[in-house]
Amino acid sequence: MKKKYCVLCIVYCVLFLTQYSILNTQYYAYAQSLSSTELINNAKLYDGKILTYEGEVIGDIMARGDYAWLNVNDGQNAIGIWADKNLTKDISYTGTYKSKGDLVEITGVFHRACLEHGGDLDIHAQAIRKLRQGRGVIERLNTSKRNLIFVLLGVLCLVWILKILKLK
Amino acid sequence: MILKPRLEDIKIIGYYLGKIMVALGFTMLVPIAIGLAFGEINPVLDFIIGTEIALIFGLILIKLCFTEKELSWMQGMIVVSLSWIAAMLLGAIPLYLSGHWKSYLDACFDAMSGFATTGLVLVQDLDHLSYTHNLWRHLIMFIGGQGIVIVALSFFVRGFSGAFKMYVGEARDERVMPNVIHTARFIWLVSIVYLILGTLALGVVAMLNGIKPANAFFHGACIFMAAFDTGGFAPQSQNVLYYHSFLFEIITVIIMILGALNFKLHYHLWVGNRREIFKNIETKTLFITILITFCITAFGLAQIGSYPKALVLFRKGFYQLISGHTGTGFMTIYSRQFINEWNQFSLVGVICAMALGGAVCSTTGAIKMLRVGIIVKALKQDLKRIILPERAIVVQKFHHIKEVFIEDKQARSALLITLAYLVLYGLGAIIGMLFGHPFLDSLFESTSAAANVGLSCGITTVDMPVTLKLTYILQMWAGRLEFMSVFTLIGFFIAAIKGKK
Repeated sequence: MKKKYCVLCIVYCVLFLTQYSILNTQYYAYAQSLSSTELINNAKLYDGKILTYEGEVIGDIMARGDYAWLNVNDGQNAIGIWADKNLTKDISYTGTYKSKGDLVEITGVFHRACLEHGGDLDIHAQAIRKLRQGRGVIERLNTSKRNLIFVLLGVLCLVWILKILKLK
Repeated sequence: MILKPRLEDIKIIGYYLGKIMVALGFTMLVPIAIGLAFGEINPVLDFIIGTEIALIFGLILIKLCFTEKELSWMQGMIVVSLSWIAAMLLGAIPLYLSGHWKSYLDACFDAMSGFATTGLVLVQDLDHLSYTHNLWRHLIMFIGGQGIVIVALSFFVRGFSGAFKMYVGEARDERVMPNVIHTARFIWLVSIVYLILGTLALGVVAMLNGIKPANAFFHGACIFMAAFDTGGFAPQSQNVLYYHSFLFEIITVIIMILGALNFKLHYHLWVGNRREIFKNIETKTLFITILITFCITAFGLAQIGSYPKALVLFRKGFYQLISGHTGTGFMTIYSRQFINEWNQFSLVGVICAMALGGAVCSTTGAIKMLRVGIIVKALKQDLKRIILPERAIVVQKFHHIKEVFIEDKQARSALLITLAYLVLYGLGAIIGMLFGHPFLDSLFESTSAAANVGLSCGITTVDMPVTLKLTYILQMWAGRLEFMSVFTLIGFFIAAIKGKK
């Protein structure tokens, strides 16, 4: 009888803990991609949830051991993504003045104030999917600006000559 | 009786203003060199246009207003206040030409924010901005932090008796050395030495954090200029949050505190008088006010439970607080998090810190520690007068490089400037409220602009009304110059209209 009672207790505890962990391991997933403004403004609502977020990878991919930080900008804000280094291997372009970064979709756990990373608002990526390859931006000489420079140079020379004449 | 300004007054003002405009034009050669090094063609063109316009206007003013007369106090003050407006208008030209600012007013807003070392931004798509423009954004903070006129005094003016008048006009009433030109050059020496050390430290940490070497040192230099000059701009849109690095945050905290110290104190530390830091009224007051405002902020954050771990609370709470207190404006949270996740009590702590500022003769704005210290000491003196017998002689002194006895004149001057700042904070808050923002949000943003801090709770956006943009520009300008030059300029215009010949 006592043995049976103990087994029942263990089963109950296991069930309880499993349920607790299910509730606490954020299994509420948001299939639709969320914007950074939505996440920042409703951070408490999405805290600990699995969600998808998409945007352009900007700046540097900062390797930290087996992991890496990348920052993804959806056009409103940029959010830090903490990802396994292997997940970032496919990223070939990051957004700078001279390049348009890869457009990626991040699936991961959102943290309003990540305890692992000093309270940063971030996403711990579980999967990264490249939606569109980035590209280098070819800079073409802006001829209107060039022409304006020559006009202003002429005016500047004139003013300079007048200044010298006045001083003499 | 108010006298109408003479043509001679206008000529002297125009002549020195022209010189400062030429000096500003030459400073644009720095981003041009960087642009050429990074092979950025169109940004270089933007700065060539900017340089040409600055030189044209500067030379025209020098030619039309040529004079050999010395500046009077009034003229010196007006030159300073107009120089900052001219710097904003000229400094905004290359920014606007980049196409990253929606309007010329937005570019002017960021230029004033940079020169006044505020850090509020209206730039669009910052993450794709060129190195050339990014360097200029940070360089204008470096120039503004030392003082635009100081730049001209150090490098472009050989020395004239009006130098001190302009130096004072830029809210620096303390001379580190007997000669004001030497003082200006010492300020530059300190800044350059720290620039090299700070850039190295931040660059190495950025490299260790996984940023490519060239980029790491570029970021290091930019972040140093923003931190030491208590500016608050950063090369990326996430500000300091971009780096995700505790070590990076620690180094920026150290640089921000160094920037908030009096240059006179730096001088004494340099010549080996290290005890001064423990005795000085400003450092003592700064330590106490940081402690008090942090307690308020931390209590508020603990109350709401935004950051469940003490270390996390300290990292987020202390960083924003020290950034606000030193007038820097670096952020490791998003603007809206202040409103959504911080309660009113914690916001009050940050607002108080922003309103107080750093040391006089530093790169910070706001009321400043010496004034706070003097007001507290004067209050103590008055209380003693009430408590002690009437015959007792009550004297109160403080240590600021040397022992100084408090005089009524000092206390009155400190109280007047404090009052002027409080009025400025309040006026900005009222205007913010007129546009439908809640009181605390408006006060937060207004204090941040007027105290040249740069923390934002989300009001400063590209879509905010033109009136609010102009209000914040005026606040940044008046707050940085500490009112005297601004009041003189207003008086000059009144005299021009109402004065008698």
